[in-house]
Amino acid sequence: MAITAAEVARLGELARIRLTAEETETLAPQLEVILAAVATVSEVAGDDIPPTSHALDLVNVFRADEVQPSLPAEAVLAAAPATEDGRFRVPRILGEEQ
Amino acid sequence: MSLLRTSAADLAGVIASGEVSAREVTQAHLDQIQAVDGSVKAFLHVDAEGALAAADAVDARRAAGEALSPLAGVPLAMKDIFTITGMPTTCGSRILEGWSPPYSSTIAEKLRAAGVVVLGKTNMDEFAMGSSTENSGFFTTHNPWDNDRVPGGSGGGSAASLAAFEAPLAIGTDTGGSIRQPASVTGTVGVKPTYGGTSRYGVVAMASSLDTPGPCARTVLDAALLHSVIAGHDPRDSTSIDAPVPDVVGAARAADVTGMRIGVVKELGGEGYQPGVEQRFSEALAVLESLGAEIVEVSCPSFEYALAAYYLIMPSEVSSNLARFDAMRYGLRVGDDGVNSTEEVMNLTRGAGFGAEAKRRIILGTYALSSGYYDAYYGSAQKVRTLIKRDFDAAFARTDVLVSPSTPTTAFRIGERTADPLAMYKADLCTIPSNLAGNCGISVPCGLSPDDGLPVGFQVMAPVMADDRLYRVAAALEAELTKRWGGTLLDHLADSPSGAYLGVGSMR
Repeated sequence: MAITAAEVARLGELARIRLTAEETETLAPQLEVILAAVATVSEVAGDDIPPTSHALDLVNVFRADEVQPSLPAEAVLAAAPATEDGRFRVPRILGEEQ
Repeated sequence: MSLLRTSAADLAGVIASGEVSAREVTQAHLDQIQAVDGSVKAFLHVDAEGALAAADAVDARRAAGEALSPLAGVPLAMKDIFTITGMPTTCGSRILEGWSPPYSSTIAEKLRAAGVVVLGKTNMDEFAMGSSTENSGFFTTHNPWDNDRVPGGSGGGSAASLAAFEAPLAIGTDTGGSIRQPASVTGTVGVKPTYGGTSRYGVVAMASSLDTPGPCARTVLDAALLHSVIAGHDPRDSTSIDAPVPDVVGAARAADVTGMRIGVVKELGGEGYQPGVEQRFSEALAVLESLGAEIVEVSCPSFEYALAAYYLIMPSEVSSNLARFDAMRYGLRVGDDGVNSTEEVMNLTRGAGFGAEAKRRIILGTYALSSGYYDAYYGSAQKVRTLIKRDFDAAFARTDVLVSPSTPTTAFRIGERTADPLAMYKADLCTIPSNLAGNCGISVPCGLSPDDGLPVGFQVMAPVMADDRLYRVAAALEAELTKRWGGTLLDHLADSPSGAYLGVGSMR
């Protein structure tokens, strides 16, 4: 399978990472080598093998529903890139056409 | 006595007896960091003021006649993946540069409650992705044995701080070998506990089904003491195991392998393994046999596919976990000019803030999880995970522990593998199977490779929640080898010309 620089750029946009042309050119052949190496997994795993998604067989773990203090808003906002009126300030969410 | 060469166990003893103060111990390590970290570059951040205050608090408790916990007053180097209040957490990434977390990880809280003195945060590959610290967004850490070589990774800073006598204890996280491989190439001890045996709460997530925090130290007993402080059930981590912590300290003190069945994994050796590594590994087997263990060979055929499965499962989880770095609530924000949309700001921020390896893995994971490829890649990898667990189950049915070299080679040169991601990934060949299965492993020094004079690590793997067996075997091996060598590997470094710059040996 050939992975093109354009395909890498598309995956970058899906992952919300703006890649430079230089990055996509470097990544494409690297990903091809890595994917060729990892594709061996499909050779060994037959239909009769159940998948393992996790090392532990834990299901529906609940903790006691106890009221705990929350982090102070000021402490959380102190780490924000931008704030306004005690809230996170974010760039515009709606597009021009919306 | 040299405070810098003393074990954590002994330091705790002399602090508790009042022979030296915790402040003196902490100051000595801060001075060592000042003296050698320009060469080693293990630390991203040193909190001298906070460390001395924590030490003073221990001294005050002792003066007041309070009973001290077993590691009270002992300094520790913390991998920069653990959140802790009062210090920045970057996880080795520019995207988190300058972030001071408003909360502490469970492990940081346990350490502080035990009176352990946190000296600062250690360097690592960005978001724990790498085997050399060369993927750090800030700088590369140098191996104290040879400053032209890598200290391993991702926890290279923690391992290097131990080998440079900057700290007697450190902590790391092991997703595919990030504790054990750095331990191996620096001549230190590193443990990946059973998955779920140590809390992930407040630890920056890389691959959540694999990430395991664990202890790093210069001796097996010190690692056990630290293990017992940081392990245990945490209601804030939904994958935390609600069971008693195995008696790791007792096992390390017992150091007895009489009658134990030790399985050598046939598949973890041969082609691609450095001859000097294989030689020291074989010699260590003979030592264990001489101590009363029975050595048997076992085959785990699916291990051949472990690296492939890992490089699908891990990037898939990475692509999901790292979505949280979206420039909205914390961390870097780029391109917020009042015109750009939120989506565009995310694109620009993540493009600018993530390094090459983080991008590579996110893109790889995005690809593996995309429709049309999911079954062939991620789905098959999960099935291989089942096969690897079955191999372990079969092997542990006839052995108490399994063993292998910790990593196929000694420390490689800085820059040697940066252009070839696959070559870098192979550093984790021996350690990845335990991450996929969720069981536990330790790397303990077993000698210097005759071909290059660099440390070789011996890996012991044990079943889920049988972490005590790791310590039993590693401590027995350590005791016998230290006796034969007339000291530990790090004693050898400290007293040799190549370690003279560390200023702690007879050569200074």
